[in-house]
Amino acid sequence: MPDATFKIFRGDRDGGELYEYKVPIAPGMVVLDALHYIQAHDAPDLAVRWNCKAGKCGSCSAEVNGRPRLTCKTRLDALPLDQPITVQPMKSFPVLKDLVTDVSWNYRVNKKIPPFTPRPNVEWKMDQREVDRVQEFRKCIECFLCQNVCHVLRDHEKQEQFGGPRFFVRIAGLEMHPLDGLSRTELLKEELGIGLCNITKCCTEVCPEDIHITDNAIIPLKERVVDDFYDPVRWFLRKLSGKKH
Amino acid sequence: MTEKYEIHEHDVLIIGAGGAGLRAAIEALAEGASVGVVCKSLLGKAHTVMAEGGIAAAMANVDASDDWRTHFRDTMRGGKFLNNWRMAQLHAQEAPERVRELEQWGALFDRTADGNILQRAFGGHTFKRLCHVGDRTGLEMIRTLQDRGVHLGIDVYMECAITRLLKDGERVAGAFGYWRENGRFVVFRAKSVVIATGGIGKAWRITSNSWEYTGDGMALAFDAGAELMDMEFVQFHPTGMVWPPGVQGILVTEAVRGEGGVLRNKDGERFMERYDPERMDLSTRDVVARAIYTEAKEGRGTEHGGAYLDISHKPPEYVKKKLPSMYHQFRELADVDITKGPMEVGPTCHYMMGGIRVDAETAQANVPGMFAAGEAAAGLHGANRLGGNSLSDLLVFGRRAGQAAAEHAKQTETPKLDDAQVEEATREMLEPFERRDGDSPYDVHRDLQETMQNYVGIFRREEDLKQGLAEIQGLKDRAGRVHVDGSRLFNPGWHLARDLKSLLTVSEAVALSALERQESRGAHSRIDFPQYDEKWSKLNNIISRDGDGMRLRHAPIAEMPSDLCVILEKKK
Repeated sequence: MPDATFKIFRGDRDGGELYEYKVPIAPGMVVLDALHYIQAHDAPDLAVRWNCKAGKCGSCSAEVNGRPRLTCKTRLDALPLDQPITVQPMKSFPVLKDLVTDVSWNYRVNKKIPPFTPRPNVEWKMDQREVDRVQEFRKCIECFLCQNVCHVLRDHEKQEQFGGPRFFVRIAGLEMHPLDGLSRTELLKEELGIGLCNITKCCTEVCPEDIHITDNAIIPLKERVVDDFYDPVRWFLRKLSGKKH
Repeated sequence: MTEKYEIHEHDVLIIGAGGAGLRAAIEALAEGASVGVVCKSLLGKAHTVMAEGGIAAAMANVDASDDWRTHFRDTMRGGKFLNNWRMAQLHAQEAPERVRELEQWGALFDRTADGNILQRAFGGHTFKRLCHVGDRTGLEMIRTLQDRGVHLGIDVYMECAITRLLKDGERVAGAFGYWRENGRFVVFRAKSVVIATGGIGKAWRITSNSWEYTGDGMALAFDAGAELMDMEFVQFHPTGMVWPPGVQGILVTEAVRGEGGVLRNKDGERFMERYDPERMDLSTRDVVARAIYTEAKEGRGTEHGGAYLDISHKPPEYVKKKLPSMYHQFRELADVDITKGPMEVGPTCHYMMGGIRVDAETAQANVPGMFAAGEAAAGLHGANRLGGNSLSDLLVFGRRAGQAAAEHAKQTETPKLDDAQVEEATREMLEPFERRDGDSPYDVHRDLQETMQNYVGIFRREEDLKQGLAEIQGLKDRAGRVHVDGSRLFNPGWHLARDLKSLLTVSEAVALSALERQESRGAHSRIDFPQYDEKWSKLNNIISRDGDGMRLRHAPIAEMPSDLCVILEKKK
């Protein structure tokens, strides 16, 4: 088998550059296999995050030939091998070293979200059809690729005003939980800035779990925010009852 | 001196943020303790996230006849009666409540027609017992626990690796470690330490385990004076991927067989008829793994040396609904559409039944202040674990460990930190940078994986085990002289250099225990001793530290009370 050429970002917070490595191609090889080969043979200190190697944990996100991907699911035979394959860290997060970025901001956003809060005296029975809708959101493996491509974060850097697609998906999973009794629309509107999303669907395109982030999570949440805050009758009722919908 | 180090103080320090660690953290917090959780990866990436099939709990939602007694009996039979019977009893009794609790914290399980939690069949379980979410149950579980824990206020130290437990006299005083990001050292002072670090699968070449599973917790505990038990019992899951090479070992959930998938050899024969005609494809994992291995070895294997696993007789929509991640995994990584044709599968190192010896009720080890739960602890599963009993184990004994650790913290003074121990731990970590020559840690790791795969695998015999032990000694020498390139900034080669030490400790314990047990039982198969031996049915192998070496002794299993004996004797 011939070799593939990789150009991999090596560097840290202070900058870096692309380094070239040759890797012998094996059948079915993925980019993460190549990174491991490089660690074992050429660059033992090459920093890479990974865990399951099967698309279930969302650790190995990077930009392969400029496209945000899980490296464990990116097959070499799906890439043009007559030219070097570039592997760079996710652009929207600060580089720590090589392909490892500082994703701690995501964990801070997550802390703002009130947890599942069952309605009082609820009966713990649910219909599979209701559950199906929410299970889609709960498939999220937190690879943060959606956060990485979202214009609001990637180009406009509104990390302080905006939660990002990952956390709209998480909130959709809570809001649409058949037994949840809390409203998170105020959080969505005020702290997580859902209004800043202009539904370009970039997040949906990169989701390795095929979650319909824009159509099934963000748009319905935007509608709930509109209903709660911009429909005068609903606004008045909400003020009176202090309850959701 | 210790002022030079970043120090964090907690009542309870939990090492590991998988299911057991997070469940322990939640319980310790509920008891009023201040809790720190340290994990090598980002939060939510621990191996629990990769658990697929489900959580075993006798809820009796699908089969009304199920109850804890049947679950207890199945667990003991699966473990070939070597289990700690009290743990098996507590586990079977408490699992349903732990599952309901998860649901009340927001987990969304698949449902029955009448709206309850759906349960599926699995190997060795008499009834349909596994509460599940398609084939991504572990993800649902870890997200639920993670969100609950974070909301309650646990402090999480992510991407931080512990390299030594600190002692104050005989008791645990905390832990020493480094931040992966910048390589700086950190000290934790704690009254109680819960070890929830999972398994040791990275010692084998073909494994379903990720880079994290290097036996850290067991080795740390051993170094600090704890006893390790049942180390010969390593579970090889019957169905890992075998092709292409890069995915070899990645798990194929038992739920494929639970949902009706069948195993065949290259001649199309359902070979499980010859190994376990009664339970067939849903026999216990030890039996199925040996069957697939034997078929391949005797020339009836698939092109890449495995067996065929076929679910394509079920409607495609059903397969995609019940096994979505298997469908994607094979389509994307192996170019196989499992709704149309069979998968190729073979045994892969998956789970460690042995581990730190603990008290059943409190999960406390024989070192004051040290607790262990989940895969890092021994006892519940005996000689072989049933599928689905791991997730329930994490919940039941994670909770018990958290509770007991918090209780212990209430009753003890803050321990003293010993500067000399911290200095020693620092020196050990910095040494590899000072060497000019020596092996690459990656080379030593590769050779260890070959050694364990070849000499301490599914089938064992005396000469192989002795050869394995000799090679492990040689690898220990090499590991002590490895050389590390680069800086302390997120340096995987440096991290592996330290992980090797843990891997070698647990590997030696496995080989030593396997050599000692001259019989075949559960996951431990000796070619030279193929039968059960009554003498061994009442004994656990216990390993403890003896100077720089290992001491192995036999400990008799406690007599089972008569009410439990009656349960075991029942037919169904």
